Amino acid sequence: MGLIAPSGTDMVSYDPKSQEGWVATRLDFLVNWSRANSLWPMPFGTACCAIEFMATAASRFDLARFGMERMSFSPLQADVLICAGRVPFKLAPIIRRIWQQMPEPKWCISMGACASSGGMFDNYAVVQGIDTIIPVDVYVPGCPPRPEGLIHGIRMLQEKVKNERLADNRIREEINPDQSSELYIPPSVIDELGEPFGNSVHQNRSAP
Amino acid sequence: MTARFEIVAAGSAVPDSPAPATPKNVSHLGGQPNPSAAALAARFHGAVERVVVIWGETVVFVKPAAVFEAMQWLRDDPGQQYDFLSDVTAVEYRDFEQPIEVVWHLRSLPYRRFLRVKAQLPKNGPLEIASVWPLWKSADWLERECYDMFGIKFTGHPDLRRILMWEQYREGYPLRKDFPLRGRFSRAEQLRQALAQNPESRYSMEELSVADAFEDLPEDMRKRLSAGERTGE
Repeated sequence: MGLIAPSGTDMVSYDPKSQEGWVATRLDFLVNWSRANSLWPMPFGTACCAIEFMATAASRFDLARFGMERMSFSPLQADVLICAGRVPFKLAPIIRRIWQQMPEPKWCISMGACASSGGMFDNYAVVQGIDTIIPVDVYVPGCPPRPEGLIHGIRMLQEKVKNERLADNRIREEINPDQSSELYIPPSVIDELGEPFGNSVHQNRSAP
Repeated sequence: MTARFEIVAAGSAVPDSPAPATPKNVSHLGGQPNPSAAALAARFHGAVERVVVIWGETVVFVKPAAVFEAMQWLRDDPGQQYDFLSDVTAVEYRDFEQPIEVVWHLRSLPYRRFLRVKAQLPKNGPLEIASVWPLWKSADWLERECYDMFGIKFTGHPDLRRILMWEQYREGYPLRKDFPLRGRFSRAEQLRQALAQNPESRYSMEELSVADAFEDLPEDMRKRLSAGERTGE
């Protein structure tokens, strides 16, 4: 194993209580392995990214290799929400409700530029990134991403799933921003910082 | 008035006319106007303001007060038979002096004719115009969209409410020129309002009358629902 003593000490200490037992780690491995290889996706396809998603699911790229061929159109049986496409404000409460209906453990892939950041639709109707509504695990860039890109994102999500620990109870805790922290930025300041550059700075204000 | 599901063959009123072909070398302005325009001007003397031919398509400017009668005549007259309303929309120009134009696209299948009717609504007056829903049922959602985007009230429409934006949307009418591209509210406020809506509140009137979201609706819609108002057939 190549244990190397930290510099400045001549001893390696070993605390049995700091480690998890062999059974727990093997159980983690088994659970994560089975979860990672049968992620049932809830396809939330709203735009052109959904076409690429369909291509990914079809025979040439074959999502069945990752155990994802079973599209779960009911959120009650879904493991991973794949948001493919732009989300208008009118859909915001719906995607949030779908996310709340999915049972734990659940993950979310934001596919494409529009779902991740609003993309080029910086206007009155489109949500500027679904991470303002629901927590996102993996962002897949692209407009739209090629199927290889989505598969790369799925592989990254599988890596994340495989490295989770049952003993870690903070994994799926939804943490509200700590308003007393010095790092906290209120939404109004984020709005101000998020103003576009150039001659479009007045887009947020009413015309005279 | 024709029967409801009668099949109309295109060009049936002009059987010996040549087969339609894509016109070539069409000039921007000028050209042969649609004969319906002259007929309409002859039938309604003061109502037709002017007739323009743009890219081979005839545009008739009709006074707003006379729109419904003119449309009814265009649909029912055996020499016109405009049986298909393909679009209702509006145009606002950047110049504030220019009035808002409401545009109807009519098509006559028996005569193979296309007519664009426009009515000009001054911006300092009320943006109201008669609904053509009693004539063509396709006007239902088109007029709702026009109301949603421009704020034009179509009097006589059975269910005039927003169709693209949600019912509680308060930022205004997005396609108006004084509407900022990113909306009037900040992003945080827009998201807060969007997440606060009940998705059930945008069901149809039939569904709304039994939905849980009844209490979330605006006052006038609740009154209309309580009075037993329903759409559809």
